[in-house]
Amino acid sequence: MEEVDVEPSTTLIPSAGFHRKHLGFEWGPGDLLVYETNYKLQGSPFVHIVRRDEDICSPILRKLFNESHLIFVGLQKIKEDIPSKNKKSQFVSISKNYRSVIRACMEELQQNAGKRSHDTHHVSILLAIELIWNLCEVLFIDTAPAGSLLLHLLDWVRLHKSDVDARAREVLQSDSPAQHQSYWDVPTGTQTLTEFEVKWRHWHEECDRCLQENTFASNRHLETICKILVGDEDTLLEQKELLSTWYHFLVTRLLFTHPTIKPPDLHYYAQSSMNMFLGPRASPEPLDIILLSAFEFDLHQVIKDCSIALNNWWFVAHLTDLLDHCKLLQSHNLHFGSNLREFLVLEYASGLFTHHSLWQLAVDYFDHCPEFGRVYLELQIERVPLDTERKAIKVLRICEDRQMSEQVRSICKIMAKRALRNNRLGSALSWSIRAKDAAFATLISERFLQDYSNKGSFTDLDLLDNLGPAMLLSDRLTFLGKYREFHRLYGEKRFSEAARLLLSLMTAKIAPRSLWMTLLTDALPLLEQKEVIFSVDQTYELMSCLEELNSGTKDSNLTDQDEDIESTKTELLRLALARNLTMAIVKEGTIET
Amino acid sequence: MDPIAKYISQKISKTRWRPISPALLQQPEVFATGSWDNENNSVSIWSVGEHGVSNTDGEFDEEPQLLCASQHDGDVMDLQFLDQDRLVSASSSGAVMIFKLQPDCQALSLAHVWERAHRYSCDNTPCTAVVCRSPELVSVGEDGRVTLYKADQTEVVRVIENADSSTIHAVTFLRTTEVLTVNSIGQLKMWDFRQQSDSPAQILSLTGDRVPLHCVDKHPNQQHIVATGGQDGMLCIWDVRQGNTPFSLIEAHSAEMWEVHFHPSNPSHLFTCSEDGSLLHWETTSGSDMSTLLQIPVAAQPDTVCQQPRCA
Repeated sequence: MEEVDVEPSTTLIPSAGFHRKHLGFEWGPGDLLVYETNYKLQGSPFVHIVRRDEDICSPILRKLFNESHLIFVGLQKIKEDIPSKNKKSQFVSISKNYRSVIRACMEELQQNAGKRSHDTHHVSILLAIELIWNLCEVLFIDTAPAGSLLLHLLDWVRLHKSDVDARAREVLQSDSPAQHQSYWDVPTGTQTLTEFEVKWRHWHEECDRCLQENTFASNRHLETICKILVGDEDTLLEQKELLSTWYHFLVTRLLFTHPTIKPPDLHYYAQSSMNMFLGPRASPEPLDIILLSAFEFDLHQVIKDCSIALNNWWFVAHLTDLLDHCKLLQSHNLHFGSNLREFLVLEYASGLFTHHSLWQLAVDYFDHCPEFGRVYLELQIERVPLDTERKAIKVLRICEDRQMSEQVRSICKIMAKRALRNNRLGSALSWSIRAKDAAFATLISERFLQDYSNKGSFTDLDLLDNLGPAMLLSDRLTFLGKYREFHRLYGEKRFSEAARLLLSLMTAKIAPRSLWMTLLTDALPLLEQKEVIFSVDQTYELMSCLEELNSGTKDSNLTDQDEDIESTKTELLRLALARNLTMAIVKEGTIET
Repeated sequence: MDPIAKYISQKISKTRWRPISPALLQQPEVFATGSWDNENNSVSIWSVGEHGVSNTDGEFDEEPQLLCASQHDGDVMDLQFLDQDRLVSASSSGAVMIFKLQPDCQALSLAHVWERAHRYSCDNTPCTAVVCRSPELVSVGEDGRVTLYKADQTEVVRVIENADSSTIHAVTFLRTTEVLTVNSIGQLKMWDFRQQSDSPAQILSLTGDRVPLHCVDKHPNQQHIVATGGQDGMLCIWDVRQGNTPFSLIEAHSAEMWEVHFHPSNPSHLFTCSEDGSLLHWETTSGSDMSTLLQIPVAAQPDTVCQQPRCA
């Protein structure tokens, strides 16, 4: 087992542990189930649900999830064949989009601050996230050509320390406007790097000379400024309050000592700046360590530390996905499956799926995980609670669009069973039709027939009379439809058609054997009409059906009474058939004159 | 005009414009939304543009602003304004609720609930749709019941039990005493409340596959013309006097059509929205056939569409 990176944090479960000594637990997809036990048969009646990620429940953060989902989907659609220069500018703009979404969320949380204690906590986390993201954008995505790296870093620091910077700038700029003017002109490309380097050296030497010659000795203020311009570390450190963070110190220091810093040299200054600023006794916070890893261009460490520090996968999933699109992550496979990007996106999406409402977003994330996304989706989509038919229809549409036929069948079966349990036979049938589930259609037909034999009449005639092509879904259903039609024809006194239909049900083997007796009994009133309805041939066929029925093995479960009834029925039928036969023969043999 | 999108922290199932009294020559600026799939659902009232101010084209530039909201027990399955101050909702808990809106739109409160209007013997079941023609309301549900209420009476006026063996998805008034329902086995059924019997006055369905129908709307001026949409995204226009075939069939969408609406004052225009993510605007040429189609793509799947009547 791997070593633990940090000490795990403790979560207190209120009211647990008062009566029992031990806690048992079980992992769920998003939550943890915890129960108390004494290892005896009588357990505690309480089960505690411990939610792993509470951020997902914040209504304002929800907008973050929704808007970033849109950006994520847009990012995936960027075509591979665009030239890399255009791609880079697109990636940068996407990164800025993500950041502006974070900022908007932060502003809204700040407006609502005080209403919920969680909100202030979220604000500070979002601040940190945006800081890290911005730095990653500067260092990794918007990779500036050598020379303008510092300018980007200055912007980065400025953005996050705007008020402090304003004052610092006032102090710094008050007395040497001309020098500063030419200074800022630099990285706009009007000069090459070496040209600038030479000019800067001259300027720096001049500042140094001023200091040595004590030009500003009379004015302590000016002397301090000059020392800062030279990049004197001790003087800079004295301005700790203005600088407020070690990375501000770092950038300031670089500004005045190494303005043309190249990315590979950054980490040395970063480490030393942090040490100098924090001093020997203070220890760096997680945020500091993450930023340091970024300065060291150790992407994997950044991602890893962020994953540990944050309790929600949102940040690492989206950032890693973007970095992966920029082809910055080495594609080494993790020993538990897919590559890093896919792993993080899957984790994030799985967390979303446990949310009662955000599960719809998760579907798109799974779609863009080529290796395991489909499997994850197949497993999760069946567990979405289906309270209303409308929700079930939406879930089904998701499955049908992705040809997940097994899930379609399974969900339709759940809905159909529920409908059947509540006696909604029409609904049950409509679900079976959608899933093309012949077996269930047969089940429904059986239920209809059962109702018919219990009540003596059909229920839900509106359904039976209007089955349409759905009838063909299952043999039993076809029989049911036709049987109902027979009843209808009989009711409309279209006897010869009814007779023909009834016979065909038996001879074409549409009717199940078990119902033949019922059908033959239905034929009795037709046989006993004054007019001859069944022709000779038809009567012979009926007779053979009856004999076929009787020639089968006797059902040993029948009581004596039932056997009596059966044999009486058979006798009656034989008699009726015989009578009909004679009348039919006479009728057909008579020549009409 | 480009649609304005605003993220709010809930999924919306239905949205309806608040009716304006016909005396005012104004466009409605207040609309209601109902949410679904939340642990705590709500009905909210929003306003677009500042009250009484929109630019000369009648277009709105601002994002909608939330005016007031009320908790709603269960998903909002349907929402209708009964009149200017009262809003009726159909809930997934089986209840039908009336909300009262303060005249200045500052508060929304629950005025009346018919609990378990739709139910099974031991379970609740969603009420799928509700339609109003003040003071009468009709609701339908997954239990296949059709229920008639009067807004000011606590007792239900009439229930047609077992009106349907499948789920009734939508309902519309044809005449004052007649309603038309559509169900999940593709049938349109006409019910006449003047008749004592509990069977439909007429049943219509497409010959062919029994595709579930999800929405229905009546032509504003002609009582016998209705439009329906269903699971396969087909838009059908029917003349209910004339038997079993719709006189117009259009393959409108590639997925379920959730809502269809005739424009209230300009009925040669029709709007449909669908699970496939599009909101379509249809127009008839002179005569009764639908021809041209204008497509307005939307980012997510729209569940609901509602137009405001423009004043002449």
